[in-house]
Amino acid sequence: MTGSIGLLLGCIAVLLATAILAIGLGRSGRATQVIYGVTAAISAVALVAALTQLLDALHDNSTLTLPLGLPWIGANFRLDMLSAFFLVVVNLGGGVASLFGLGYGTHETTPGRVLPFFPAFLAGMNLVVLADDAFAFLFAWEFMSLSSWALVMAHHREPGNARAGYIYLVMASFGTLALLLAFGLLAGPDGGYAFEMIRAVEHKSLVVALVLGLMLLGAGSKAGLVPLHVWLPLAHPAAPSHVSALMSGVMTKVAVYGFIRVIFDLVGEPNWWSSIIVMFIGGATAVFGILSALMERDIKRLLAYSTIENIGVIFVSLGLALAFEANGMRLAAALALTAALFHVLNHAFFKSLLFFGAGAVLTATGERDMERLGGLIHRMPVTSVVFLVGCFAISALPPLNGFASEWLVFQAILQSPDLPQFGLKLMVPAVGGMLALAAALAAACFIKVYGTVFLGRPRSAAAIEAREVDHFSLAAMSILASLCLLAGMFPGLVVDALSPVANSLVGSGLPRQAEIAWLSLVPIAESRSSYNGLLIFAFVALSAWLAVFFIHSFASRAVRRGPAWGCGLPSLSADMQYSGDSFAQPIRRVFGQLAFRAHEEIDMPAPGDMRAARLTVTMRDIVWDSIYAPIVRGVRFVAKRLNGLQFLTIRRYLSIVFAALVTLLLVLALWA
Amino acid sequence: MNGFVFDIAHLLAGGLVLVSIMMLYQDRLYALLNTFALHALILTLSVAWQAYVQDAPHLYVTAAIALVFKAIIIPVALHRIIRQLGIHREIETAVGVGLTMLAGIGLVALSMAVMLQVTSEIDPLAREDLAFALSVLLLGLLMMVTRRNAVSQVVGFMSLENGLVLAATGAKGMPLVVEISVTFSILVAFIVIGIFLFRIRERFDTVDVEALDEFQGDRR
Repeated sequence: MTGSIGLLLGCIAVLLATAILAIGLGRSGRATQVIYGVTAAISAVALVAALTQLLDALHDNSTLTLPLGLPWIGANFRLDMLSAFFLVVVNLGGGVASLFGLGYGTHETTPGRVLPFFPAFLAGMNLVVLADDAFAFLFAWEFMSLSSWALVMAHHREPGNARAGYIYLVMASFGTLALLLAFGLLAGPDGGYAFEMIRAVEHKSLVVALVLGLMLLGAGSKAGLVPLHVWLPLAHPAAPSHVSALMSGVMTKVAVYGFIRVIFDLVGEPNWWSSIIVMFIGGATAVFGILSALMERDIKRLLAYSTIENIGVIFVSLGLALAFEANGMRLAAALALTAALFHVLNHAFFKSLLFFGAGAVLTATGERDMERLGGLIHRMPVTSVVFLVGCFAISALPPLNGFASEWLVFQAILQSPDLPQFGLKLMVPAVGGMLALAAALAAACFIKVYGTVFLGRPRSAAAIEAREVDHFSLAAMSILASLCLLAGMFPGLVVDALSPVANSLVGSGLPRQAEIAWLSLVPIAESRSSYNGLLIFAFVALSAWLAVFFIHSFASRAVRRGPAWGCGLPSLSADMQYSGDSFAQPIRRVFGQLAFRAHEEIDMPAPGDMRAARLTVTMRDIVWDSIYAPIVRGVRFVAKRLNGLQFLTIRRYLSIVFAALVTLLLVLALWA
Repeated sequence: MNGFVFDIAHLLAGGLVLVSIMMLYQDRLYALLNTFALHALILTLSVAWQAYVQDAPHLYVTAAIALVFKAIIIPVALHRIIRQLGIHREIETAVGVGLTMLAGIGLVALSMAVMLQVTSEIDPLAREDLAFALSVLLLGLLMMVTRRNAVSQVVGFMSLENGLVLAATGAKGMPLVVEISVTFSILVAFIVIGIFLFRIRERFDTVDVEALDEFQGDRR
């Protein structure tokens, strides 16, 4: 079936042509509508093609080789179950982001810096997922990185964005270097760069271990694993909001795809201890990500940190899948992998939704600082409802989709007593504890977001004058909110769709869920656990309706507005509300000392002194301080030392060349 | 016959190395130029012998080029330059002669060790030739590094090139056009360096390259 892959590659070609068209259209007034319209349409076509492949009963893989790239390999592309699933994620995210962009893009001050790169970015992500040889993969990966970098730099004059772009570029190059080395190791000295050749070779266990480390560095830096995440909370918020949604919701998933493709598909049988590394990094990422999110005041940065947390959850689940696969527990491995993929899909839904919501708030108020927002529920009613759905979903509340996938992750964790290795038996419940902590903190974090931004009273003039955003943006957010609800209510259908993907990677899928009565989700056996999102939804809806019904029929129907009780103070200003920072303070006091070296300083005036009391909180980024700052210092030091090399005499230069030559010959003489 | 062929080739190539080492301890410019002429002469003989042995008439052309340009024209031209410029005829060395000689011996040993080890499967004639050629090359480079006088650096460069020619003729099948182009590029380099010598001399009143460093741009 060359048809669907040909169609997908055609879509990519049209996206690239659109990028060129965007340059041609330049500053024309219609450019925004034309470009986003085209990308939305193409994403829809690609989405349908990918979905057909994923749900196709035959599950045949199709390949296509184009005479590009390395001359003796060509550019290979392959559409299998895994790439079909990730194409669904990419194109769904791309399509909805384009729809959001139709409205949001009209407020763009410099459309010429965004429009050409947006389709190119989409094309790059599609290409990564389709690539079937190392060269095409790395090329597409770098293309994706560079086009997203250009989008990050779209507003390069705003303070901080240039630094964000610089750090992103350095980290992206570093990641690609690690990937390059990983593929070099896999291809071996004969240069078998096609994935087919890599799959066919039996790899040594040292190579497997090195490749795992390099993939954690390469794909991990793109996905945002701690401590490689530093660029993410800088770069994702710097881009325009629909691009932030794509970067957070989709591009990190492409990185997850790269990890799964190499570790589960290409290198073959994993070692059991490698799963411990993946799980531990995942758990640490989840906890550190969400703690950082809780401390944040900038709504887009907060969302970016929350992305780090979700990537941690996904990697924990992937680590579990590795552990089970290494021990031949195929069903449990399928459960963990399905949970990871389900969470990939869910996170793409709700993180895109939340970033769109943040974009809508930004459009309406021009503010990203949560402490200057508030009370938007009255001014932006639709946005506040869909944003609430996103918050529920990301906090993993039933009956939404976030709960379904995290529940599956915990089901996989509960399978751990069957593992033979003692280390894993100890480690998995510990990681499960970390995930539980992260989940609880995530709920707290999104209560903070919603409570500060949408509830209470407006904290600035901009928030008072906010108006609901345009219909395109609302439509995009509503689509995502309904998808969150649907995926939460019918998780069995999603799990069934993921079953062939898991089957192609770990040799087993979960039992078919569609036939189970009442559309319940039963991952292993009815006796162990089952979940029914539909039933919970029905219960929530019914009890809420009953409560409303009884209150309204036995009490008064009228809405009364009275003065708020102000503890006896004569006037209440908006600044006296409970703020986001104050909400996070208890958590900062518990974890902040350890995770951020948080330090509180209270300046209390003596009795009779009329000046205001002050509470100053200082926090350090310990990852930056302990890892990146020494590297930066080291590079500076070496650069300063080597600077002298620029000012040597001719004879010195000759001597250096001579010495280098002699040294190489010596090495050759001793080595050969 | 084969043993005799080998011995002569060995003798000539070894002679080239010997003359290279001789150049290291010359402390007068004229003596250095004469030694260089001798160097080129031995190269000519060596190439001619290779031409005879390999029955490759084009190598006679190479030999002729080496004789005409390197053994006659370049030394004569350098003599003229020295006379015209009125250069101080002692050579200032940056490193003492004894140390340089020791380093030279070490380099010859190193190139033997490397070449004999790396090229174990090719025929012994070319193998020895390559080892000697590498020694000549390294000695030429050593001379460029240890001398401060621009003229002796030029001579070092030329003797380095002789090593290249020796390697090229030892390996069978090197096309004539390559050798000619190498020779001519060296000649062009020589002309350029000669012109530079005049200019340096005009400006700074010396051909000691250390003097140039004083005029280097801002130094940290």
